[in-house]
This record gives sequence, C-alpha cells and structure tokens, in this order.
Amino acid sequence: MNIIIIILLLSGTFFIFSSALGIIRFPDVFTRLHAATKAPTLGIISILLGAFLFLYGSHQLVSGKLLLAILFIMLSSPVAGHMLSRAAHKSYVKPYLRHRDDEYEEYMKKKGTKA
Amino acid sequence: MTFQIVVNLIISFMWMFLSESYTFITFIFGYILGALLLLLLNRFFPSRYYLAPIYRFFVLFLIFVRELILSNIDIVKLVYKRKPDFEPGIFALPVEVKKNWEITLLANLITLTPGTLSVAISDDQSQIFIHAMDIDDIEESIDDIKNTFEKAIMEVTK
Repeated sequence: MNIIIIILLLSGTFFIFSSALGIIRFPDVFTRLHAATKAPTLGIISILLGAFLFLYGSHQLVSGKLLLAILFIMLSSPVAGHMLSRAAHKSYVKPYLRHRDDEYEEYMKKKGTKA
Repeated sequence: MTFQIVVNLIISFMWMFLSESYTFITFIFGYILGALLLLLLNRFFPSRYYLAPIYRFFVLFLIFVRELILSNIDIVKLVYKRKPDFEPGIFALPVEVKKNWEITLLANLITLTPGTLSVAISDDQSQIFIHAMDIDDIEESIDDIKNTFEKAIMEVTK
C-alpha cells in the first residue's frame, strides 16, 4: 500500500515538473500549452489519488472531495487550454510554424474579421 | 425509456414487499435485480435498454483516461528530447456531432489526445481547428479522433 502511494506521488511530481520544464523549453504559446494542459492533469490526478489512498489506508477515511476534485480537474483543464489558445490566436500571437499551415487564420481571413 | 424506469421501480418495490424488509439497502438490491431483469427482457420493449447510454458513457470515460495517460507519456518524451524537432501547425477537422455538449466533449478529448490541442470552433460549429505538434504524421490522429472519439460520443446519444 505504502509503495503504491509513493509511486503515485513521485510520478505526479515528475509529470508536473516535466510540464514546467516543457513550458520553458517549447518555442511558442501553442506548443507550451500542449505541455501546460496535458502533463499537469495526470500529475494532479495521481497526486490526489495518492492522497486518497493514504487517507483511506491510515485513517479509514473515504474522501469524496478528492475524487470530485479529480473529476473537475479532468473536465476543466482541457477547457482552459482551449480558451487560452483561442485567446492567443485572437490576439495575433504568431504561432511557430515551419510550413505556414494555419487553416484557422485562413478561415478567419475568409470571414473578414482578421487581417 | 420512462416506461422502463417505472417498471424497474415497480420491480424493486415488489422485491421490498416480497422480502418484507423496508430498508434502503433492500430497495437498491431490488433495483439492481430489476435492471438485470429488464436487460434480459429487453427485446420485448420497443425502445432501447435505458441503461445503455450509461454503459456507453462509462466506455467513453475509459477511453478518456487511456488517451490522457498516452498523451502524457508523449509530451514527457518531447520535453526530455535534447533537441525538440517538431513541426507544429493548425489544421481544420470537420465534425459530425451536432449538439453543444457533444462538441465540447469532443474538443476536450482532442486536447487530451497525444499531440493535438483544440484551438477554436468555427461559427457554424462544423469544424474544429486543431493545433498539432507534428503536422506531418497527423493522419493517424485524425483517424483516431474520427473513429474512436466521435463514434463513442455518437454511441452515447444514439
């Protein structure tokens, strides 16, 4: 039991750490958001699961709040990523592109709302 | 669907009266029994088994968790590469699902797929614009989105 908890907590911190590293290393907003939305979700989930197992194992406490927190993290983190990337695109942040494949910009141009 | 729920409730109350114990536990047990009976007798009802969407939803949830873990491993690999060599780009994906919550769910699933991030949804809600880490091998993730997620979401509402 203890070993499972340790593994969960360590992997959680590892994922969060590597996402922070990714935010520093990646070239532009969108690729950074890739790192910022995916890895912390799993990191937080595994830390919360570790806390849940710890509370259950040592205090016989079934903490429903932790499970709810997991659910809401899973629902809200992708939405946050979506909104941030959309806001970035709307405020003329140039994506880091090599081939200029940006169909969203073409769509907006066709609509005529963005130069 | 309502009819099936009513039948299920009647079965569970009958179970309570037959076993002569009027507690909540007995009610729950009777309800589970009723659900099983309805599953067995499903072909005599005109409509689909009413718990089927819940089962489909559960399947969708499992897919969600699997993709989450896979995409995490993917992104961690990219982070620790000595020289990140990716070619990002934004492409449009036509979607078939229509309702608002279905599109929201699909966008969430796309964000948690390996290498893709949903950026925006077109005004007529027929396209999702996706930022991809590697625009070159995007065929695979399009396939994944089309065949796995969209199908699973459609199964829930069918």
